Amino acid sequence: MNIIVVGLSHKTASVDIREKVAFSPNSIEQPLKALLALEGIVEGVIVSTCNRVEIYATTRDIAGGIGRIRRFLADWHHLPFDLIEPHLYSYHGEAAIRHVFRVASSLDSMVVGEPQILGQIKTSYGYAAEYGTSGIILNRFLHKAFSVAKRVRTETRIASSAVSVSFAAVELARKIFDSLSDKTVLLIGAGEMCELAARHFLTNGAKGVLVTNRTFEKAQRLADEFAGQAIPFEELFDHLHKADIILTSTGAPHFIVTPKDLKAVIQRRRMKPMFMIDIAVPRDIDPAVNDLDAVYLYDMDDLQQVVAVNLEGRKQEAEKAEAIVAEEIIQFNKWIATLEVTPTIVALRTHLDELRQAEVARTLAGWKEAPPDAEKRLELLTTALINKILHQPTMALKKTGQGNRTDLYLDALRALFDLELGSTDRDDSLELEE
Amino acid sequence: MMIQISFYLTLALYGVATLLYLGCLLPKAPCLAAIARKVLIAGFLAHCLSTIHRYIAAGHLPITNMHESLSFFALSIVAAYLYFEFRFRVTTLGSFVIPLALLVMIGSSRFSSGLYPLNPALQSVWIYSHTVLAFGAYAFFTIAGGVAGMYLIQSHFLKKKQLGTLFQKLPSLDTLDEIGYRCLSFGFPMLTLGIITGAIWAAQAWGSYWSWDPKETWSLITWFVYAALLHGRLTTGWRGRRAAWLTVAGFLIMLFTFIGVNLWMPGLHSYN
Repeated sequence: MNIIVVGLSHKTASVDIREKVAFSPNSIEQPLKALLALEGIVEGVIVSTCNRVEIYATTRDIAGGIGRIRRFLADWHHLPFDLIEPHLYSYHGEAAIRHVFRVASSLDSMVVGEPQILGQIKTSYGYAAEYGTSGIILNRFLHKAFSVAKRVRTETRIASSAVSVSFAAVELARKIFDSLSDKTVLLIGAGEMCELAARHFLTNGAKGVLVTNRTFEKAQRLADEFAGQAIPFEELFDHLHKADIILTSTGAPHFIVTPKDLKAVIQRRRMKPMFMIDIAVPRDIDPAVNDLDAVYLYDMDDLQQVVAVNLEGRKQEAEKAEAIVAEEIIQFNKWIATLEVTPTIVALRTHLDELRQAEVARTLAGWKEAPPDAEKRLELLTTALINKILHQPTMALKKTGQGNRTDLYLDALRALFDLELGSTDRDDSLELEE
Repeated sequence: MMIQISFYLTLALYGVATLLYLGCLLPKAPCLAAIARKVLIAGFLAHCLSTIHRYIAAGHLPITNMHESLSFFALSIVAAYLYFEFRFRVTTLGSFVIPLALLVMIGSSRFSSGLYPLNPALQSVWIYSHTVLAFGAYAFFTIAGGVAGMYLIQSHFLKKKQLGTLFQKLPSLDTLDEIGYRCLSFGFPMLTLGIITGAIWAAQAWGSYWSWDPKETWSLITWFVYAALLHGRLTTGWRGRRAAWLTVAGFLIMLFTFIGVNLWMPGLHSYN
């Protein structure tokens, strides 16, 4: 059985392509069922975020499985295959495992270390579990991915850089506003960093969120997520005065907020200070607004400077994270190997044979008047017995070797006989269920 | 003798408190604030004692010469500061205001501390309302000036992205704005009432409500500055750096009204 990954992400596809291939979390059941209906696909999980759409699956036929899932992504969304084909990547075996571990650990994110992706994968997995499309391998695989992500988060400081930028933004806001409890956050445009910062402001007590975007539906979607209010982009300046904290990250090629625009806004706000954070490149807000009495403008560079992110340090942390991923891949591969039929049968045989030999030796040791051929006879008897007992299960396993339930049998066998093969820690899986 | 002892004890305690409050601004000074506050309270009590002693010895409120009024000014500043320290928990404000109180006390100690009888013309119950109101207003305006200075520093740090130790220690702009506004809304009515009661007292003592004495003129100038500030605040919500600059200017004008006029512009309010 093999794990395969097919998908596209911010690294291979632009937003407009990603949007077309995205799955709505509200109606994930049908695509999950359709995925499992594909020939040769045994288990499947669909992960769909604004930055990536990925399908994790298990199959016996790697090339065929990957090919069919690639097609499926285009067909399901009624897109010409040629449109998305150049943006797709696919992995199998160790590369697939590495990819998913890295994605879950946020090593593949646009903002490396941002914590949301883990939650998104957990949710996606939750749907697959709910609709029964994930099985023994993907269950184990994704739980492992979650624990890898946890290790990376706790053992490296990779997450601190992304979080610390929004943390710094909140700390700065506290130096302007004192309490955030009656403050409103305005998001102009969408972006991972912006959303992250907005979330941070909300968890630190900000009162509400306004969202605007050139595409109103996007604003609406994000506003729903934050239980906020969406504003049509054209009406931005009618609402700007309501915002105390403004986060911008649009793709606009020119400034969308200038000092001239803000003068009237400041008056409407009775000169109360505004904290503006411009994350966009090129910038959305004319830096000259910082000279206005009531406006405090920070861009990404300023914030990064605030947290004094040491580039050399970050590199080291990333290396540490990759080392953790590599270590966990070896562990997981061991477990995967145990799901192969032959090694399991060999292990079972070895196990029983060890028991047999031990018992024969014990019997002979306590048998005073044993005839000279006693050992030979005992050997024959016990070996024949074990062969007879193992014959039926071995045949059954080999026969179902092509079917979907093999993994289940093998896993049960390993558990029932406590087979040493590819020792994976049982405690580990228990801990993951929390 | 007792008066001298309590006065110099006050001076010494304010000196220590000043050092402690300034020490609070140093990078690693976690528990200085609590000690600073205790020393300041001790100093304040000694100061009250000294003032009461003097009151009993002189037989009237000790504000009739430079020594006495500067001391009383310092007392008012510390009292007002303690209110804000307990209300807003802003130790850094002490680092800016308490050194000022110490300077005023040192100034006070430079003047003769002799006891003089009160000019019979001024013996009236108005002495209490007029002077206490004026000193209260001075104290609040002094704190407003300190807070405005802190606001200017903090907003400079925020604009220039210089986020060092002092930035971390200073309170938020909103807190400073709130304290400043509160100081003005306490100080301004006090100044207004102080001027009105002064006029009534003047009518009784000197026979005229208003005689364009330098003190009167400068009080009026001070009044206009703070009136402008409050008017701007109440109508258009005027605040921020320019308002802070004007608050600092108002403080300097007030200081001149209080001290400069007495030192350099002889008039009805000149002591002795």
